[in-house]
Amino acid sequence: MSLAAASMRAPRRTARYLATLARANTAGRPHARWQTRAVNTQPAYEGHIPLNWFEHGFLTLGSAFMALVNPRRADMVAALGDLTSGPVLPRLRDRMLESPEGRQILKERPRINTHTVDMNKLALLPEGTFGNAYVTWLERCGVTPDTREPVHYVDDPELAYVMQRYRECHDFYHCILGMPVNVVAELAVKFFEFANLGIPMTGMAAAFGHLPLTHAKREKLFRDYVPWAVKCGSSAQSLITVYWEKRWEQNIDEMKRELGIWSPPVEPRWPKPLSEAKLAAEKRAKMMENQQQVSS
Amino acid sequence: MHRTLRLANPRPLLSSARAQPRHLVAVRHNHQNASPAPAASSSSGANVSNDQRTTHFGFQTVPEEAKESLVRNVFDSVASSYDVMNDAMSMGVHRLWKDDFVARLKPGARGPLRCIDVAGGTGDIALRILDFAREKYADRETSVDVVDINGEMLKEGFKRFKKTMYHNTPQIAFKEANAQAMPEAEFPSNTYDLYTIAFGIRNCTSVPDVLKEAYRVLKPGGTFACLEFSRVNNPLFRSIYDQYSFSVIPLLGTLLAGDRASYQYLVESIRRFPPQPEFAKMIQDAGFVTGGLHEGKGGAWIDLWDGIASIHTGVKL
Repeated sequence: MSLAAASMRAPRRTARYLATLARANTAGRPHARWQTRAVNTQPAYEGHIPLNWFEHGFLTLGSAFMALVNPRRADMVAALGDLTSGPVLPRLRDRMLESPEGRQILKERPRINTHTVDMNKLALLPEGTFGNAYVTWLERCGVTPDTREPVHYVDDPELAYVMQRYRECHDFYHCILGMPVNVVAELAVKFFEFANLGIPMTGMAAAFGHLPLTHAKREKLFRDYVPWAVKCGSSAQSLITVYWEKRWEQNIDEMKRELGIWSPPVEPRWPKPLSEAKLAAEKRAKMMENQQQVSS
Repeated sequence: MHRTLRLANPRPLLSSARAQPRHLVAVRHNHQNASPAPAASSSSGANVSNDQRTTHFGFQTVPEEAKESLVRNVFDSVASSYDVMNDAMSMGVHRLWKDDFVARLKPGARGPLRCIDVAGGTGDIALRILDFAREKYADRETSVDVVDINGEMLKEGFKRFKKTMYHNTPQIAFKEANAQAMPEAEFPSNTYDLYTIAFGIRNCTSVPDVLKEAYRVLKPGGTFACLEFSRVNNPLFRSIYDQYSFSVIPLLGTLLAGDRASYQYLVESIRRFPPQPEFAKMIQDAGFVTGGLHEGKGGAWIDLWDGIASIHTGVKL
């Protein structure tokens, strides 16, 4: 087990237990002299870690280094994203406020994880719908929408939500662009995201992420996918304003037309063939129907 | 690119404010096993007025029974990166402190010793004791029993000792036990010549209990030695040290170990530990004979780096 994974297990239990205590304790906790600070460092939302300018710089450099050295450290990539996205998040939030869908998202603040998204219901949707395409995509790539690292280092709660929303919608961007999860496809999606949303972390990933690739792969990336990704990303609607959870039944081709997205010129390499994924989805749908029949 | 590492649940961090002390409040620990009239000389301490007894866990207040498992979780999670983190946090200086600690004890100078190193999971002190006795006094009979409440830390220590010449010899043994209540069968009274505890006593729920057990297992004439983070004397240095502790160390935990909460606990627990004179008094209360209540030659403690760490010693007569 990797170092980071092993070290993340126990403190979750500790932190959850302490959070319970803190909620119970805040009622009658006396103000202790050694707890005063000149600067307000009360967390603004759950998971918020306020940082001063020195800590901000230290963590930015440190997480950039650690993410380069070990790209599997998702928490480091997330931290770097939080710390460098300062100027862009207000612009994204304003873009959301300009569109009715975006305003609804900011009001309702939906989250995307296996609890809030009913996979089985989506699998039952007819073929050609976005929901069905999403489930098929998950199946083909062998991934699940498990929770991403929560946002810690953004100070404003609304902007923190915008950042969190971006992270959770990343898989939807993959789906609507028709890209799998291998390195070349991920980088292509990063180029798209940078052109579309302007988040600095995506720009950094785009700028440096291709360096460890082989020459052949890099050539393929820049020849087949980058021009399309940049053109598509810059002309498409800002995807942060899309309320994906309300569009499960929408036809995916119509959705792509509406958003201004078109397919990549070269079909990417998928780990699982489409036919196999479809079979698995059908099997699951049948199982769901049987279950429903049994329970009713 | 980073899909292999997934968290099953979002990780909520400590929701309390990150506090920074202006100065330490002297904390007097409740002597639970002593007479029912506690000498409550300071403003805080173990809270007896509630239904359950509470104690401190860093800057949090937790029920007493909970502290042990919370500390265990902290050390379960830091065990595999413990040595790396120590090096990063103290910039390697912890090695100098541990060398100094063992050198002052001079194990093996007057014949082989039976030593017990408590809360010594990864075996730093045990290894230094055995090496010192061997190199300076050609002593291969000194033995060390490494005791720790946390199995993961002991496993790390065992692994480290496998790389040394002491593996599979009677000179080293690893035992899992609670420093506050070491079973008499495994740890009979009046057995050891030297009891050491380095950077471990502040994590124990009841320091007086630890001191009592230390007194019990030591032979008459045996030495108690404790190396622990303590209170910095110089105010300017103290504020620089505080800044470093509260800013840099939790960040190093985030970067190197992916674990901010444990390292936040570590720096908070240092602030909650009693300062040098208080701790020396506690050692005296347990029955040990110490030097005078002052620092330095003839005193009960010696400050390292002006109090970042300090060595307290006592003798059982």
